[in-house]
Amino acid sequence: MASLRTTSRLFAASRPLFRPASFARSYATVEAKSIDPAASENPSMKTFKVYRWNPDTPSEKPTMQSYQLDLNKTGPMMLDALIRIKNEIDPTLTFRRSCREGICGSCAMNIDGVNTLACLCRIPTDTAQESRIYPLPHTYVVKDLIPDLTLFYKQYKSIKPYLQRDTPTADGLENRQSPEDRKKLDGLYECILCACCSTSCPSYWWNSEEYLGPAILLQSYRWLVDSRDEKTAERKAALDNSMSVYRCHTILNCTRTCPKGLNPGRAIAETKKMLAA
Amino acid sequence: MARLSGLQREVLSLYRQCLREVRKKPLESQSNFKNYARPADPSRRSAEFQKHRSVNKKDFSAVEYLLRKGHRQLEMYASPGIRNIR
Repeated sequence: MASLRTTSRLFAASRPLFRPASFARSYATVEAKSIDPAASENPSMKTFKVYRWNPDTPSEKPTMQSYQLDLNKTGPMMLDALIRIKNEIDPTLTFRRSCREGICGSCAMNIDGVNTLACLCRIPTDTAQESRIYPLPHTYVVKDLIPDLTLFYKQYKSIKPYLQRDTPTADGLENRQSPEDRKKLDGLYECILCACCSTSCPSYWWNSEEYLGPAILLQSYRWLVDSRDEKTAERKAALDNSMSVYRCHTILNCTRTCPKGLNPGRAIAETKKMLAA
Repeated sequence: MARLSGLQREVLSLYRQCLREVRKKPLESQSNFKNYARPADPSRRSAEFQKHRSVNKKDFSAVEYLLRKGHRQLEMYASPGIRNIR
């Protein structure tokens, strides 16, 4: 499922994008001239194969539709390509997107066999090879590239992802935390709940009803180690059964696929240690 | 009547669940809800169950999708805040 990622993808998020200041065009399209004067003469056409399925005609089977784009005129990221397809070739193509900088988690999809955010995934420059874009695997599809994440959000709700306290603070102001305690939350609070990790986990594929999945367990651990939270015992008791946590068999697809570079596998291991202690 | 497949029984159970939910709605709007699921005049094709009568019973993925959609819709319309439908 989640194969090794290419190095270009790892650096994709941190590299600044230099684009000419032009207000007339949409950000998905780049003026070819501004990059390379020769670009318009020799276009580098790449084929994108996109999963298509329309819920209005449920008897029709899902298909893969091909689109050709000139990479010289397209922005560097997969999301740019998708937006360009939607703007210029096929307005019926449907996908979720919002922030285009990897902070909202809307554009999670399966690109060339890896679950990732389309906005953080560079288009491979090899034009001989086509790129295949699918919705997140093992999810019910709402339309085209849009997965139904109802269950995912229901499970998130079930872990009570908010601060639970009974005692008021000494001065009646904020709940303070030492820098060391705050450090424990680093690598946990950054999760944007894009569902890339959960949908890459074979254990979650087969037991999604009962197993919480890496994304939710990471969040659950985030509240378990929070020094301000007072319901740690209740939280632990809710997890202490054979399905919620222990369906994790340390496959670590979650860690490998996380587009934000987080480590849900470690959080689950720490949760298991807390439960065993 | 021929024996029904599991999927057909699921569809029927969803249908009956819908009709049962209709009875929990205010009296004056019950007929509207009922028409939404199944029209009084069967030639009308606008009602939810009527729309998809042409789906082949062996087209499992389509029927399963419509079942999921139906359950989602039922869950939404069953909430007590929704009092009428047009």
